[in-house]
Amino acid sequence: MVLRVSDLACARGGVPVLEGVSFELTPGQALFLRGPNGIGKTTLLRTVAGLQPALAGQVEAAPDAIAYAAHADGLKATLSVCENLTFWSQIFGGPGIEGALDAFNLRDLADRQAQNLSAGQKRRLGLARLLVTGRPVWMLDEPTVSLDRASVTLFAEAVQAHLANGGAALIATHIDLGFDAAVLDLSPFKARPETAVDHFDEAFL
Amino acid sequence: MIALLKRDLALAVRAGGGFGLGLAFFLIVTILVPFGVGPDSGVLEIIAPGILWVGALLACLLSLDRIFALDFEDGSLDLLATAPIPLEGVVAMKAVAHWLTTGLPLVLAAPVLGTLLHLPLPAYVWLMASLAIGTPALSMIGAFGAALTVGLKRGGLLLSLLVLPLYVPTLIFGAETVKRGAEGLATGTPALMLAGITLASCALLPFAAAGALRVNLR
Repeated sequence: MVLRVSDLACARGGVPVLEGVSFELTPGQALFLRGPNGIGKTTLLRTVAGLQPALAGQVEAAPDAIAYAAHADGLKATLSVCENLTFWSQIFGGPGIEGALDAFNLRDLADRQAQNLSAGQKRRLGLARLLVTGRPVWMLDEPTVSLDRASVTLFAEAVQAHLANGGAALIATHIDLGFDAAVLDLSPFKARPETAVDHFDEAFL
Repeated sequence: MIALLKRDLALAVRAGGGFGLGLAFFLIVTILVPFGVGPDSGVLEIIAPGILWVGALLACLLSLDRIFALDFEDGSLDLLATAPIPLEGVVAMKAVAHWLTTGLPLVLAAPVLGTLLHLPLPAYVWLMASLAIGTPALSMIGAFGAALTVGLKRGGLLLSLLVLPLYVPTLIFGAETVKRGAEGLATGTPALMLAGITLASCALLPFAAAGALRVNLR
């Protein structure tokens, strides 16, 4: 078990969106999060990543286990591909950037500034960052946006290699990545309206 | 954390990084003042310490909203918040980078601009010393203000309103140090007060700013 989420409830903008979410990730396992727009996939990922507090329930993970990849790639426009990756590699103290450059076919772009990359190339760079973090649990929010078919295959291969090395991945996506993994549909966990009362504010009314 | 400092310095000196913005502003203010009040050296001598300090303070203020806003917009701040380095360290490194790109150039340029304002000779040492002691506090307080307003669109005005009152003690003791230096009086007390403000800011504000960032990232 590398990540266990039990009876988690989370809110966005003070409004509860999900409740009673429970799942477990074991080494080598991937889990796809599915559900309609606005169901709370991003909110769930941000809560599990520790960026916002949970309303209820628990997230159990080893400290520094989670590498989070949001919608935004966190790239600096005036730094080159190499510099962007090297920076994150140094921050996380992970492995070097060579493997990441190869895995996402970025070697030819290594000296190009990030502002001159196409949307798909930026995304590949953003995903390559996961490899240099050296962390076991990847949490990905719509990772295949603006990727072409070949790049999606590259990404799927990178995730499978990560799983084969004992890693785990939690992926919010709508498309078929071409490998089998458990699917968690979030629709049944939509928060009930009656729980939509913020008890903190209520105490002051 | 050194990597973060290096990255911020590299970003600052590259195209669109804003390096030199504060320095150029400082230069313009101190050049315009003699035109405004007239060339009477007696008047300029009296107002020089205050003008130089106000100019340095406003120059620092100019680039504050960039400290966290850029990282917030491109998503780096979320990633830094989940990185192994503590958010307090991120804040401290950001403030150091801001000081190195804004405060330090002001300290080095101040003597040159002092001559434009007929600053008396004995005051030069104290001008540089007081700016060197005081501007780190400006960067640190500014980083705190920037952390408070990070998620807001066009938060620059609110940032100025929040930060300027906090800058007042630094301004008073900084300008007082230079003024006393110019008049040949003992400068120990205001200089020590200035150092005290800087040390207290550096000790306490990284924690407050990191707390504000965590709230704003929710």
